[in-house]
Amino acid sequence: MRNLINVSSSSASKAQSNIGLGGVGRSKKHESADKQVAGEAIYVDDRPSLRGELHAAVGQSTQAHANIISMDLSAVKAAEGVVKVITVDDVPGHTDIGPVFPGDPVLAIGKVEYIGQPIFAVAATSYDLARKAVKLAKIEYQELEAVLTVKDALAKQNFVRPPATMKRGDSDSAIAKAPHQLSGEIIVGGQEHMYLEGQVSTAEPTEDGGMNIYSSSQHPSEVQKLVAEVLAIPLNKVLVDMRRMGGGFGGKETQAAPWACIAALLANETKRPVKFKLGRMDDMIMTGKRHPFENNYTVGFDEQGQIQGINIQVNGNCGYSPDLSDAIVDRAMFHSDNAYFLNEARVTGNRCKLNTVSHTAYRGFGGPQGMMTIEMVMDDIARHLGKDPLEIRKVNLYGEQGRDETHYHQTVEHNNLPEIINTLEQTSDYQARRTAINKFNQENSILKKGIALTPVKFGISFTAQHLNQAGALVHVYTDGTIHLSHGGTEMGQGLNTKVAQIVAEEFQVDVDTVASSSARTDKVPNSSPTAASSGTDLNGKAAEAAAKIIKQRLIDFACENYQVSQEQVRFENSNVVVGEQVFSFAEFAQIAYMARVSLSSTGFYKTPKIHFDRATGKGRPFFYYATGASVSEVIIDTLTGEYKTLRTDILQDVGHSINPAIDLGQIEGAFVQGMGWLTTEELVWNEQGRLLSNNPATYKIPAINDAPEDFRVALLPDAPNREHTIYNSKAVGEPPFMLGMSVWSALKDAIASVVDHKVSPALDTPATPERVLFAVEALKAEQE
Amino acid sequence: MTTSTVRFLLNNDDVTIQNIDPNLTVLQYLREIQFKSGTKEGCASGDCGACTVVLAELDAEEKQLNYKSINSCITFVGSLHGKQLITVEDLKDGAKLHHAQQTIVDNHGSQCGFCTPGFVMSSFSLHKHNQTPNRAEVLEALAGNLCRCTGYRSIIEAAITSSEHTEQDSFAQHYQQTISKLIELQKLPKPVLSGNNHQYVAPKNIDELAYELTNEPDSKLVAGGTDLALSVTQNLAVIDKLVYVGNVEELTTMTETESDIIIGSALPYSKFIDTLHHYYPELGDMIERIGSKQVRNTGTLGGNIGNASPIGDMPPALIALGASMTLHLNGEERTILVEDYFVDYKKTVLKPSEFIKSIQIPKPTAGQTLKLYKISKRIDDDISAVLAAFFIEQKDDSDKTKITNVRFAFGGMAGIPKRASATEQVLQGKSLDKESVAQAKLALATDFQPMSDVRASDKYRMKVAQNLIEKCYLEMQNRTIETRVMNYA
Repeated sequence: MRNLINVSSSSASKAQSNIGLGGVGRSKKHESADKQVAGEAIYVDDRPSLRGELHAAVGQSTQAHANIISMDLSAVKAAEGVVKVITVDDVPGHTDIGPVFPGDPVLAIGKVEYIGQPIFAVAATSYDLARKAVKLAKIEYQELEAVLTVKDALAKQNFVRPPATMKRGDSDSAIAKAPHQLSGEIIVGGQEHMYLEGQVSTAEPTEDGGMNIYSSSQHPSEVQKLVAEVLAIPLNKVLVDMRRMGGGFGGKETQAAPWACIAALLANETKRPVKFKLGRMDDMIMTGKRHPFENNYTVGFDEQGQIQGINIQVNGNCGYSPDLSDAIVDRAMFHSDNAYFLNEARVTGNRCKLNTVSHTAYRGFGGPQGMMTIEMVMDDIARHLGKDPLEIRKVNLYGEQGRDETHYHQTVEHNNLPEIINTLEQTSDYQARRTAINKFNQENSILKKGIALTPVKFGISFTAQHLNQAGALVHVYTDGTIHLSHGGTEMGQGLNTKVAQIVAEEFQVDVDTVASSSARTDKVPNSSPTAASSGTDLNGKAAEAAAKIIKQRLIDFACENYQVSQEQVRFENSNVVVGEQVFSFAEFAQIAYMARVSLSSTGFYKTPKIHFDRATGKGRPFFYYATGASVSEVIIDTLTGEYKTLRTDILQDVGHSINPAIDLGQIEGAFVQGMGWLTTEELVWNEQGRLLSNNPATYKIPAINDAPEDFRVALLPDAPNREHTIYNSKAVGEPPFMLGMSVWSALKDAIASVVDHKVSPALDTPATPERVLFAVEALKAEQE
Repeated sequence: MTTSTVRFLLNNDDVTIQNIDPNLTVLQYLREIQFKSGTKEGCASGDCGACTVVLAELDAEEKQLNYKSINSCITFVGSLHGKQLITVEDLKDGAKLHHAQQTIVDNHGSQCGFCTPGFVMSSFSLHKHNQTPNRAEVLEALAGNLCRCTGYRSIIEAAITSSEHTEQDSFAQHYQQTISKLIELQKLPKPVLSGNNHQYVAPKNIDELAYELTNEPDSKLVAGGTDLALSVTQNLAVIDKLVYVGNVEELTTMTETESDIIIGSALPYSKFIDTLHHYYPELGDMIERIGSKQVRNTGTLGGNIGNASPIGDMPPALIALGASMTLHLNGEERTILVEDYFVDYKKTVLKPSEFIKSIQIPKPTAGQTLKLYKISKRIDDDISAVLAAFFIEQKDDSDKTKITNVRFAFGGMAGIPKRASATEQVLQGKSLDKESVAQAKLALATDFQPMSDVRASDKYRMKVAQNLIEKCYLEMQNRTIETRVMNYA
């Protein structure tokens, strides 16, 4: 640069009260909001098509489990527009793209293990022609026995990974000695992610045999690695660029990679760019979902309803391959206590292998399915003792020493759930409404109301220790603007906004001067997936570290150049104050540049304190817990099973919120998504293993009338995280998802009212109107 | 001079299209031909609303514009003729966001942003009709737009606060010019489109329509296309000839006689819902739960009946009401009862080249009751597991409780929408009481053997259908008690 840009010499004061200019703590709008509402935000499928771009589609298995006897693809090859057809034999490198353990062939290798499994791939001149061509294949199968139920998998010990156990004390004798015993089982349904933007990747061959990938992925580094492996090229030849996703929710953690790999394989063969976009139905058939679980428990408890001992078994339906199932079933086991002290406990987790699509990460990562068992236990104990379930929940919360150790031997510190629940009980008017509801139920024979308050305690950190690291890259330019890259991906959660606020806060400049870029594997390498609610915790810290390095260089330079002490250099109001002199940030950046000070830095962060030994089932897998609670009131129709959520109150601990508006949005959205999981979202497979709920006409996520009519969400005030997280905030992505359990429990409360709450209704999920009606009918029959 | 063209306004630009495959949807046209990628494909089946755009149409008097939200993913490009197509990119006035956009920003109503353009357009359309919508009206307008991120609260607030903005937008400023331009387009001869050896034609009157169908009986009639387009976008079908009926004058009118409401088969729901609501409030309420606003803005009675789906919501209601329909075959017309239209699963009495002209719904008279129940997993935009329609006449002056005539029709219980004849027999001539209701419930089990599918089990269908008879009875016993969760607030 011979000539620097003109900048003003100092900025007028813009500082607001006691909040820093950068805006940490302020409700800044989402960095893409203006573009999103105007249709200007570019998603992968919106990128201008590249010269010669082809479109991919795959031929899918029609069998749940079979050997492939023969494959006649001649009609596919001859079809209009088809440029290339490949099978696994055409893969130059690795043929298995399992993210942790092997088991996921990029294209079928001699056999198929679920209906919809990709067998061969086509590149054609248009999206429609590619999709039409793959229908023309003639494939002969030799059918093999398919395992299609969890019970069958358990009976056959058909597992994708070995079972595991976590233990504290001697649960069997604790249960036996307890004054009361109960047992029960529950089927917890899975969930389709239903991100509004389906899976999509574009692969563009580069001049050196490499590949540029534009992918809607939560894990660009893994896409990079898998593309390099299938092509048998080094990682430095693959670049993955990810500007934004139209939703992820875990569904683009591992599930984005196959389509990027197939696009790359076809691009490599044709030397042309290839886009692979899954149509909605294909997406729903070919990508994994939240694991369905079938859990059971045996509990012993005292007269107060306090648990003395418990055995819990969680059985995850993992589908045909391991994918992330080991960690997901682990997390179900970790969260089998939810917020409650289990005392002497044994939690066993099975990873059942079924001939369906391989189930995968989904917001909560098995945690929600684990929590459902213990919430069922709370309701069951309450009905057994004739008490309000809230009383049982309170009496079982983690407490002081002696009641503060989990079944995996982590001490629950800084537990604020008693306070959260008591506050929420007051602010939601729980007791008065309980009375009003009882009165309503006495007066109404068809419609019945129910109410429930359920807590959530969710462990924060990847349970795979090495993933708890992040990198960032910050540049300061000579006009004072800042460019920010970090290893996290933006899927709508506002990560880029929060991290930009953190960087702006560090320099005390306006957040609008910080531009977030795509997550790119050439800017921040070896990144972890944006998952486990960790995005801001990890990447915010890494970006802060990078900014601090640059800031320190500027301070050192100022001290040297102006003979001042470090304390005399301050960043405030977009200015750098050096002793008596005031420079605009831009001006000072230029002065530093002219003095040859580096204005760019990487930053790095790794989470402290965490460790876990899977062999013994002991350790501290979580840096801290995120907590919250919700109260929902529902009304049901005892003749049809139809229902509606009338009101929901939520109190969530997000620590010191970096952006309250974004956190509120996460909480509201997570709650409704969690409620959908437990109510209307029903995955249905037929007896052949074919997914019937394979489009949004048959799979119903909450629509606008499903959101609670009266929806009151609050952040726990004055509650900085006592662990040293970024600005003492707490993770918010997943924890509030499980607040949806209050709706399920409230439905059960309403159902139980038909027998004066004397029986705890069994209510598997999703609690569709059908299940609600049959639960009502079952109680009525029991009464007769 | 029939040149092969379709003409419309793309925002303010006069656009002529030709040599385009008429199987192309408006969404594909926008994204692939106009390179306007602001409108998103979420499902390509009309279920999510991410692709929502707005069409401005002239009203019958050519004095006003009717702005309607539609799903561009299931609308064929030919139906744009003579209309103004407005997309999310058109709303900004220079650098200034439209209030339908700004309020979403201000309320933090976009997260991943993929559904956002659709919500913007639904909200824009709503405010064109209703500058100060209340919460219920906002919910009705936005129920066809799915959001997976926000939980909707922020979007609802945005749409409600949008009414605080009263300044004229660019569409209001150009209102008269747009009307003039559309009037010019209306004067053109009937639009035709051909491309890829596929044809599209939009006759303007019933004779032209009859002519097309007589010449080419295999032509596919398309009105809203909310069902037909799925065969193209989901099943990859190719339609050789599309005949658009949305411009046929005789099929797109509603008239009332002393005794009947006569609804053209190609008239969208949104044009007759208010009238039906006036005469039959429960029918109006039920229609508000058919599809979504976008679907009701284009979907028609002719389509809902014509495709003979066992799960269409209107046929059972029409059967219970004793509605009739007029069929037209090359100048000849016949009128039959709606219930006689259905023969078997997806089979009807319609002859080749014959089409549905209109549906006649009798107006209510004293002593009649219509009860409608739509049972589905989700309140909004869901296909019924069971649709029950109960029509009861009590016209005996000496005994007002005595049922003098009864028609119970169900959807979702059989291969076709069907009356429960054994159940009706039980009730005919009796009063509704515990005993007759119990008998009716038993009789229903002989009327139907429902099936299990993705929406519901056979057992649930039967149980809920039986319970609905009981519910109907309880509601008639006591007309003041609250019995429906949908209405409970």
